[in-house]
Amino acid sequence: MTEKRTMHPLLKWFYRLGAPAWFYPFAGKLLPWLGGLFLLLLVPGLYLGLWHAPADYQQGDSFRIMYVHVPAAWLSMFVYFAMAVSAVIALVWRVRMAEIMIISSAPIGAGFALIALVSGALWGKPMWGAWWVWDARLTSELILLFIYLGIIALYNAIDERRSAGRAMSLLTLVGVVNLPIIHYSVVWWNTLHQGATVSKFDTPSIHIDMLIPLLLMAAAFKVFYGWAMLLKMRAHLLEQDLHCGWVKERIFNAQKMPRKNSTGRVANQGHKHE
Amino acid sequence: MHSLFTLMQRDLRLAWRRRGESYQNLLFFAMVVVLFPIAMGGSEAKLAQIAPGVLWIAALLAALMSMPVLFKDDLEDGTIEQWILSRHSLIGFVWARLLAHWLLTAVPLLLMAPFFALALHLPQASLETLLLSLLLGTPALIFIGGIGSALTSGLQKNSLLLPLLMLPFYLPILIFGASAVQVAAEGWSAAGQLYLLAALLVLSLVLAPFAIAAALRLGATQ
Repeated sequence: MTEKRTMHPLLKWFYRLGAPAWFYPFAGKLLPWLGGLFLLLLVPGLYLGLWHAPADYQQGDSFRIMYVHVPAAWLSMFVYFAMAVSAVIALVWRVRMAEIMIISSAPIGAGFALIALVSGALWGKPMWGAWWVWDARLTSELILLFIYLGIIALYNAIDERRSAGRAMSLLTLVGVVNLPIIHYSVVWWNTLHQGATVSKFDTPSIHIDMLIPLLLMAAAFKVFYGWAMLLKMRAHLLEQDLHCGWVKERIFNAQKMPRKNSTGRVANQGHKHE
Repeated sequence: MHSLFTLMQRDLRLAWRRRGESYQNLLFFAMVVVLFPIAMGGSEAKLAQIAPGVLWIAALLAALMSMPVLFKDDLEDGTIEQWILSRHSLIGFVWARLLAHWLLTAVPLLLMAPFFALALHLPQASLETLLLSLLLGTPALIFIGGIGSALTSGLQKNSLLLPLLMLPFYLPILIFGASAVQVAAEGWSAAGQLYLLAALLVLSLVLAPFAIAAALRLGATQ
């Protein structure tokens, strides 16, 4: 009893996050706020980026793909970093919620890595004259995508969810140790083989009118990640805890509310069976 | 320490008793090497140009192919569980197993590699670098691959999963290994690449056994 009273409120909140019955409605309440914030950042970001920002003196209007490409590439790396932090939590404290967070994040990270690659290819065609160049950044982004897909494949290959979660956490950690090594060896490989044939993507200075929409879009993408992750986490929780009390309670409550619909459906089904 | 030598001795003796199987890895390496001249034509200049990459890719695939059996049998019959329960460190056992595996699969490959290099018209001056890079690179391949092997050993099916998981992590070794030979073939010093390979080797020798031990604990309890 005394322990409970002296518990730090932040610590208590952290422990509560691990309880599905508390997390599920909490995430549900958070979702519309995150969605709203996403739109609030996205709309001005897109407007400023696509209409207001001046055209680039070299690349013309096609530089505007940067407002999707760069935030997507940043996010694909950010998601992996978040997964790695979560993997430490999952392995050290055996927190199931952290495992669910990883498997909910991995497809999002893979998706944004793919967006970064595809938008990069679309931008590369007019700029470099080729859909694909063995540029160091493109190559390491592709490897990042492969690692994401490997993590998802490992999780799906193991039947028992907790073992799958822990194996996946371990692989995520192995990946976070290896990713910098892979990135720098690819950079090294690229400079050796190709020299300076590829124009450097990061210009040393960027105009403030171009920078603001970029930062807005980056923030919007991060909020979107939070929103999509919570959505997926809720789905995973429901799926895994189908036989637990709190899910049954939720289903029971949900069925009680729109009474008309559910009874109508049941009657129809009964009719069909006859 | 003694128990580790015993395990290594046992692994080597088992391999000796079943020596009919031990050449398979080498044969696989040879066949992959042969595929390239057949696919690309046997012109000497072209082969000499791609030889470093071909030899390294073949060595990498051979190491990868030898991986699935590393822990599978011992996980199924409970030996790994006994390792975990024993008072010796699991990491030590992992070390011994991987080292024995390297002696059995990579050393024959190292001995035969110069002949394949000659067949691909690799300049003779770079033979030494090829051997040195393989000597540094193959243990790293086996130690890193061990992580994937330990993670997938508990699975019944899915033989493709292990290469899918591990190939991205093999990239740095392939980059430095192949480029060391390439640079040496062009007549430059490959010291930089070899030092980096050595660094990767030390890193994988030290860190990979921890990950493998953790993965084996997972596999044994699931």
